[in-house]
Amino acid sequence: MTFALETAANPAGLRRVAIDPVSRVEGHGKVTLLIDDQNRVQQVRLHIVEFRGFEKFIEGRPYWEVPVMVQRLCGICPVSHHLAAAKAFDRVLGAAPITASADAVRRLMHYGQMLQSHALHFFHLSSPDLLFGFDSEVAKRNIVGVAQAHPEIAKKGILLRKFGQEVIRITSGKRVHGTGAVPGGINKLVTPEERDSLKRELPHMLQWAQESVDIAKQLHAQNPALYNQFGTFRSNLLSLVRPDGALDFYDGVLRARDSNGAILFDGIDDQRYLELIEEEVRAWSYMKFPHLRSLGREQGWYRVGPLARVQNCDFIPTPRAEAERQAFVAWGRGELVHATLAYHWARMIEMLHSVEVIAELLDSPALLSGDLLSTGVRQRSGVGIIEAPRGTLIHDYDVGDNDLVTRCNLIVSTTHNNQAMNEAVRAVARDYLDGRELTEGLLNHIEVAIRAYDPCLSCATHALGQMPLDVTLLGPDGTVIDRVLKSHQGEFVHELNAPAAQFAA
Amino acid sequence: MTTPVAPLLVFGWGNLSRGDDALGPLFVDSLRAAAASHTGVEFLDDYQLQVEHALDLSGRQRVLFVDASLNCRAPFEVTQLQPAQDASFTTHAMSPQALMQVYVALQGEAPPLCTLLAIRGEQFELGEPPTARAQEHLAAALSWAQAWITE
Repeated sequence: MTFALETAANPAGLRRVAIDPVSRVEGHGKVTLLIDDQNRVQQVRLHIVEFRGFEKFIEGRPYWEVPVMVQRLCGICPVSHHLAAAKAFDRVLGAAPITASADAVRRLMHYGQMLQSHALHFFHLSSPDLLFGFDSEVAKRNIVGVAQAHPEIAKKGILLRKFGQEVIRITSGKRVHGTGAVPGGINKLVTPEERDSLKRELPHMLQWAQESVDIAKQLHAQNPALYNQFGTFRSNLLSLVRPDGALDFYDGVLRARDSNGAILFDGIDDQRYLELIEEEVRAWSYMKFPHLRSLGREQGWYRVGPLARVQNCDFIPTPRAEAERQAFVAWGRGELVHATLAYHWARMIEMLHSVEVIAELLDSPALLSGDLLSTGVRQRSGVGIIEAPRGTLIHDYDVGDNDLVTRCNLIVSTTHNNQAMNEAVRAVARDYLDGRELTEGLLNHIEVAIRAYDPCLSCATHALGQMPLDVTLLGPDGTVIDRVLKSHQGEFVHELNAPAAQFAA
Repeated sequence: MTTPVAPLLVFGWGNLSRGDDALGPLFVDSLRAAAASHTGVEFLDDYQLQVEHALDLSGRQRVLFVDASLNCRAPFEVTQLQPAQDASFTTHAMSPQALMQVYVALQGEAPPLCTLLAIRGEQFELGEPPTARAQEHLAAALSWAQAWITE
């Protein structure tokens, strides 16, 4: 058995084709489709070139280098990798729990990261689609278009992101490539001057974050048919939650719900993640497909990220975001919200929560004074799990007696969402592509579905947005009926005769 | 966020772990050290040019953008930039011309004089150091930049 539309039921009548990656640049996404002689979609696959080699790159390096080195995985969420690695090496050093000051500074850094990443995604990446329409004029459908049409919205988005980055700079020591978290704790506290500079900005940030939730909520209210149905499917949900069930991005226990909202497991120590999650390799994709071992590959796949977190937790421990969570839950009328586009709404609730947590942390005396490091009995391995902007991020290391890393396993958020993104693309293909000529607007519908997950393709410094995308429509005899390419520069061309490689699986 | 800024900005971008993609930040580090006596220059680097970097243009007289390039002539190319609404936008990066266009939209004024210094790179593999040829290009670009700072 396989997943609907993942593999054509009668492949003998269809030619299996995969398109070679246009380049080895990280962030290349491609979609392939097969149709039958009635022009019905029989197969849809989202292919992603995952980051390859980074785990090997880490092996053999001294463990204390790794929290800095792994930031090179991603130009957008380096802090998430920085902190996940630091948490893993806390375990290796036997230094968990870390000190109250280290916990406060790391949390401040992480919630700054959540804020800046969510602002980037909503305002700069997705708002052009949401504000102008999925098939609106392509030349306008970008952040410059938003800046021209809605300069106040664009500016608030930029300033929210800038504030988050300032939080990161203050806590990590540098604007990029920070070194604030080290195995066992942190290497610097926050000064009163730094704290006060952030506190001065808080009133605006809180207001703008609240307004951002309102924008997302209004989009759903204005067009519920679209927002409830576009790319929608049911799935399990996975995230960390605080042991009392609260939303927590920095630390917690593993919890999963089924598509009806029933708890599948809860309170699981993050060091035991391998007992819960299995990564499956499929020949047609570079990226693995994780699933819950207890349910198997066909029933056990799940979603991570804002949509999962906001519904997996029992409550959000800050008042404004909790009120918005309750409004979100009410939208589902007693059911979990499975709408792909609801990721944006949940993301804005999380952004508001991040600003509230930053405000709370800035009042914590632990930020300004206290011990930086913990110590303990040295271990041979450690797991660090964090809720990164796009979802659960797992770093898992073994370290030898000579302090060199001997094994590294990373499961990034986009990998967790691999099956879900494929399901979203298939849902869009069923609803919008069946039997139709591919147009740029239609192609963008595919991108919108993928984009809702905010995938960091390859979790590297290049990713989608106007992602390089390759959509091929094949007839039952393997004839290329239509092929649309979008380049890294956003150029959109129909190109029937571009070379395609025979699928090798 | 309204503190006075240096009249000149040197902004390089790239990934230090990706071979010659490191040319941008390496250029910034080297020029920062070489031009330590020039107080009117701010040096910034990042993985990618991002939309919020439009705010870094505010209050500048001149801006030098620095990036590695596979397309420019060796050892480097210098281009005067104009704001443009191109199609370069991705999730995580944008062109300097588009960044200037965002500045115009947000600030309602012309951006400062912006120059792109594209340094020829050859290899962009993960975990690789910059190639010897790219480092030669970097040295040539740094010599040119001394004049840009003092012009």
